[in-house]
Amino acid sequence: MIEKDYLITAAEGLHARPATSLVRLVKKYKSVASLKRGDKTVRLNSMLNILSMTLKGGDTITIIVEGEDEAVAAAAIDTFFKEELKKL
Amino acid sequence: MKGIGASPGIAIGRALVLKKQEILVTGMSLPNEEDVQRETEKFEYAVRTAVGEVEAIKATLPEDDAGLEVMEVQIELLQDEQIRTDVIGKIAVEKRYASDAVIEVIEAARETFRNMNDEYFSARMADVQDAGNRILRHLNGSLPGAGQMIGATQILGAAQIVRENTIIIAEDIAPSDTIVMDITKVSGFATQAGSKTSHAAIIAKAKGIPAVVGCGAGLDIIKTDDLVIVDGSGGLVIVRPSQSKIDEYAAKKIAFTKQAAVLNTLSDVGACTTDGVRIHLLANISSAAEMQESLAFGAEGSGLLRTELLFMGRNTMPGEEEQFEFYRSIAAGAKGRPIIVRTLDIGGDKQLPYFGLPAEANPFLGYRAIRISLDRKETFITQLRAILRASQYGQLKIMLPMISNIQEVRQARAILEEAKTGLSLADIAFDKDIALGIMIEIPSAAVTADILAKEVDFFSIGTNDLCQYTLAVDRMNERVKHLYDPFNPGVLRLIRNVIGQGDQHHIHTGMCGELAGDTLATLLLLGMGLREFSMSASSIPAVKNIIIHNSMERAREISQHVMAMDSSQAITDYLQEAMKS
Repeated sequence: MIEKDYLITAAEGLHARPATSLVRLVKKYKSVASLKRGDKTVRLNSMLNILSMTLKGGDTITIIVEGEDEAVAAAAIDTFFKEELKKL
Repeated sequence: MKGIGASPGIAIGRALVLKKQEILVTGMSLPNEEDVQRETEKFEYAVRTAVGEVEAIKATLPEDDAGLEVMEVQIELLQDEQIRTDVIGKIAVEKRYASDAVIEVIEAARETFRNMNDEYFSARMADVQDAGNRILRHLNGSLPGAGQMIGATQILGAAQIVRENTIIIAEDIAPSDTIVMDITKVSGFATQAGSKTSHAAIIAKAKGIPAVVGCGAGLDIIKTDDLVIVDGSGGLVIVRPSQSKIDEYAAKKIAFTKQAAVLNTLSDVGACTTDGVRIHLLANISSAAEMQESLAFGAEGSGLLRTELLFMGRNTMPGEEEQFEFYRSIAAGAKGRPIIVRTLDIGGDKQLPYFGLPAEANPFLGYRAIRISLDRKETFITQLRAILRASQYGQLKIMLPMISNIQEVRQARAILEEAKTGLSLADIAFDKDIALGIMIEIPSAAVTADILAKEVDFFSIGTNDLCQYTLAVDRMNERVKHLYDPFNPGVLRLIRNVIGQGDQHHIHTGMCGELAGDTLATLLLLGMGLREFSMSASSIPAVKNIIIHNSMERAREISQHVMAMDSSQAITDYLQEAMKS
């Protein structure tokens, strides 16, 4: 299991468009990826779940990845938060 | 029937009812396992068909179309794993029919969104509903029994618009509807749900199509092809009108069109009352492009340049050079007209992640605007230096937001002097006499306008926050927002005091809140002595039209009358009456 914290830097938060990209990215891997903020955890394979967390700029979240390809999956998600999110 | 006029104008045309498919929640259980299997397959099929449908629409859109994003979100929601798991779970475990399961799952999701505090996320409810409706439409078969009814707008009905002069009648307009609609053939909108800020209202306003929203269930009586009149100015929908009504509204429509044409010719006319008092009408802007657009409406400069745009949607603070370029381009674009630059008004509901500000229990009463600027001096100095440098290229003034006492003015002025000294030492040119003014938007500032007037060069009344703080009303809170009322006698007295104190101390007072562009308030404010109004550029012609047809004498009479009244209801009734004559 790989766990890592991220700070949402995009001013407008994690909106529908980046959420779409994130879900599509997560679906490429076999591992189960979840997003945790406070005491609420949701699976990352659902856009509805991500939107329901109302993630805004400045929020800190924890991403948890678990499964056979967890290392690659976690790395891809890491790139998403560090690089792709800026471009969206 | 009565609704909310969301976009002005008159439309007379044939109705196209984007009918709710009244899908019933049967409340029945599936008799056996075969049914579970069948309903699950039906659901999977409906999702696949719905996705195919959206893909097909998407394929018709040009590559840079803004609608593509809406479609991508739709596709993702249709295939959403959480929705799928929940629906299939309901079918398999609770033995629900597929359509019941979808309705219940979507309703639960809508509930989550409805309770969100954030406007953006809350508005995604429409996207979720949109996806749910799309799936439901493809779940065919008759549904026995009765129960709770929910409406599902028939989205693709929107693609059926073939006839000119169509009036769209719908429960509400979903974001994806307007993309597939041939909007050039739509002459009016009437919806059951919605408010002035709903999607339908915004689209209609942007396209200049008359619209009435929030009409309620009464719209159900309208059938496709019925003759309908939509009066977006009066907030009325008339179904199957009599010939005399048609004639009446045809005349009104011509008058409105003429009026719009008259307003268009006003852009070069100076705003002067009939007795020769010159009034200045300016635009509220956020960018150089908006500066250019405002000139077409006859703006005489900008009474409010918001600088937040420069700081938002990015991960680092814009540096002095970047800010300088922003202010310089606007100053130059104004061609000598004055521009009032408001220093950073961030905090509260407008957050910058790179500022790392923690969430607050009362953001509107918290760490925001001038409070941040005075606390983070480096940030403030950078902005002031950039504005000062740009002051070489036009007529710039500096305005401080959220001033609540005189110490803040003194502190800010000291920092401004420091910035000026820095530039002088480096031999960088700037306007040494640049005016420093303040927003009057906190009641304490309005009440102590006499004190503040001695140390600032101008006032600008920000009615939105002034109203919110004076009446202790959060405009975003549905339960109390009806109390938000700039015509409340308490708010009007504060405004009158500020204008009066500004006059006494010979400083200039302007207004840059919503009230400045509200034609109902124009004569009242004129009569109070306001000489500078700053508003969204598109409101300028209508306000100007009132000014050039009235005298100061009449405006004074009206304002004296209003100030003696005891309730906002009486005041607005009286002003509406006064506007007619």
